[in-house]
Amino acid sequence: MNENFEKIKIGWFVFSCSEDNTILFTELLNEHWQEWKKIFDFRHVKVLKKNNIYDEFDIAFIEGAIASPEHEEKLKDIRSRSKKVVAVGACAVTGVPASQRNTFTPEQKEAIQFLVDRFGALPEVKKVADVVTVDASVPGCPMNADMFLKAVNGLVAELRPELATTNK
Amino acid sequence: MINIELEHITKIEGDASISITVEDGKATKVQFKTEEYKRFFTEALKGKSILAVPSHLSRICGTCSNAHVLAAIEACEMALDIQPTKQTEMLRSLTMHGLTIRDHALHLYLFCMPDLYGKDAFLDFDENDPHQDQLLHDAFAIKSAGNFLATIIAGRSIHAMYPAIGGFIHFPEQAQVDEAILKLEGVREAAVRLVAEFEKCTFSFDRHTDYMALLPLEGYGYINGKIQTSKGEVYDEKLYRELVEHVVLPYSQASAYQYKGDSYMVGALARMNIARDKLHPKTIASCQSALALFPSTNIFHNNLAQAIEVVHSVDESIDLLRNNPIIKEDVIKKPYREATGIGVIEAPRGALYHKIHVGEDGKIMDGEVIVPTGQNQINIEEDCGRLVEELVGKGVTDEAAITFELEKLIRAYDPCMSCAAHFLKVDLTIK
Repeated sequence: MNENFEKIKIGWFVFSCSEDNTILFTELLNEHWQEWKKIFDFRHVKVLKKNNIYDEFDIAFIEGAIASPEHEEKLKDIRSRSKKVVAVGACAVTGVPASQRNTFTPEQKEAIQFLVDRFGALPEVKKVADVVTVDASVPGCPMNADMFLKAVNGLVAELRPELATTNK
Repeated sequence: MINIELEHITKIEGDASISITVEDGKATKVQFKTEEYKRFFTEALKGKSILAVPSHLSRICGTCSNAHVLAAIEACEMALDIQPTKQTEMLRSLTMHGLTIRDHALHLYLFCMPDLYGKDAFLDFDENDPHQDQLLHDAFAIKSAGNFLATIIAGRSIHAMYPAIGGFIHFPEQAQVDEAILKLEGVREAAVRLVAEFEKCTFSFDRHTDYMALLPLEGYGYINGKIQTSKGEVYDEKLYRELVEHVVLPYSQASAYQYKGDSYMVGALARMNIARDKLHPKTIASCQSALALFPSTNIFHNNLAQAIEVVHSVDESIDLLRNNPIIKEDVIKKPYREATGIGVIEAPRGALYHKIHVGEDGKIMDGEVIVPTGQNQINIEEDCGRLVEELVGKGVTDEAAITFELEKLIRAYDPCMSCAAHFLKVDLTIK
């Protein structure tokens, strides 16, 4: 393989969730780290590195639901910098369980309201597609690993057809 | 006056920041806080069926999920007066060993080891350097073995599906058990090499504190036992609420805890300080020089303790799998009743407490979760304050240098901010 190609720029961003998909991603590295290291530029992946670069991304993976106005602004900004946005895991795709307070009883909502107010959270937690356009979704809690690999391979084939054969 | 604002600390579980002000050489403000928004899991418990509790509380945290599953099951079984079988206890031990191997390996290789080698990321290690290439392959092989063990026993290494109130709902085939033994045997030497890596680490930060862990009176495990402290105190786990005192941190979405008015530490260092002589005999034989460094108040020895625990969990798992043929057992069921149940598990990061109050209709009336990072919160702040005071006292004022040392120190604790952020506390005790 020609080693001088431009790697695919990856961003991995986490909002309100358990980070189970981040952990699953680190488990998928067990089998894929050598091939992914060759074709991916892990440009902004906080779980992997300190010196993250926040400029532009070929693929931005979004984990977690959107719980605050800051989350909304950040997500919109990521969208504006990314060719493809992939929502990974239940909280990003459906909002649940991070959005479970949306369906609390009035009594439960009253009990938690002081904390919602103290930290400036949104009145209702949103899924990613409520805020930005999503190019692909990988549901599951944690995300389904096979569906994630299929989505990754599909995007590699679309963005860099010359690399697709290495990422099977 | 020096202000240090370190936001979105990298290579930890979840999102945290720290804010420190130093005036006249003294740290006058130290705030270690989660940047994550509450998800109100304990409030959401109310009204749920007791059968849904383990999978619900598992979603608090991805990496600690199987510890949450088992703590919740233990609390539910206590409430329903269910005594698990010996095989169930053995399978739960294996679930925890799988979690410990995977989780410690992730933390030690991917989060901490780049600091040891002056690298930004573990994947930056040089495959053309034989030693660094060995570490790369060791890391993913050990993680994979722990992942495989958790998967065949518990269904998944994240949000396990097979452990249930009263037993397990699925059992591994003998061929899977044999494969797990082979994988674990295959990574044992790598695990011992991991201990050597952290034994030679020269990072050091000492500050006296107290240590607390749930440990068996015989052996070294993560499931059963008594709550023990480094002062030699031993408590029944039902008394945990008399030990951990809640402290409100108005600047953080997390809760903090003290013991008898002082900070304390939970986790691998606590376990190693209190019970290192009860490790698996093969582990003790393979890690003698590393074990001689304990008891220790050097927080960086928490990482060394984690590495030793990887070897221990490998050795224990091989023995358990070899010596205990796994048979199909029915799940034990009991009628609902109104009761309170408590579950305590030694998660990789330390003692994890779950409490539920269930009604006679099987619906949850109330619940509480206390996580390891909440218990370490005040200790982390006190250490960070002392560290910065020491650095400034030595004339270090470069913010990048100070923040690097702070990040190393915080990483040594292996905090989990996903766990720490998501509870509603209404029974507040303000100190």
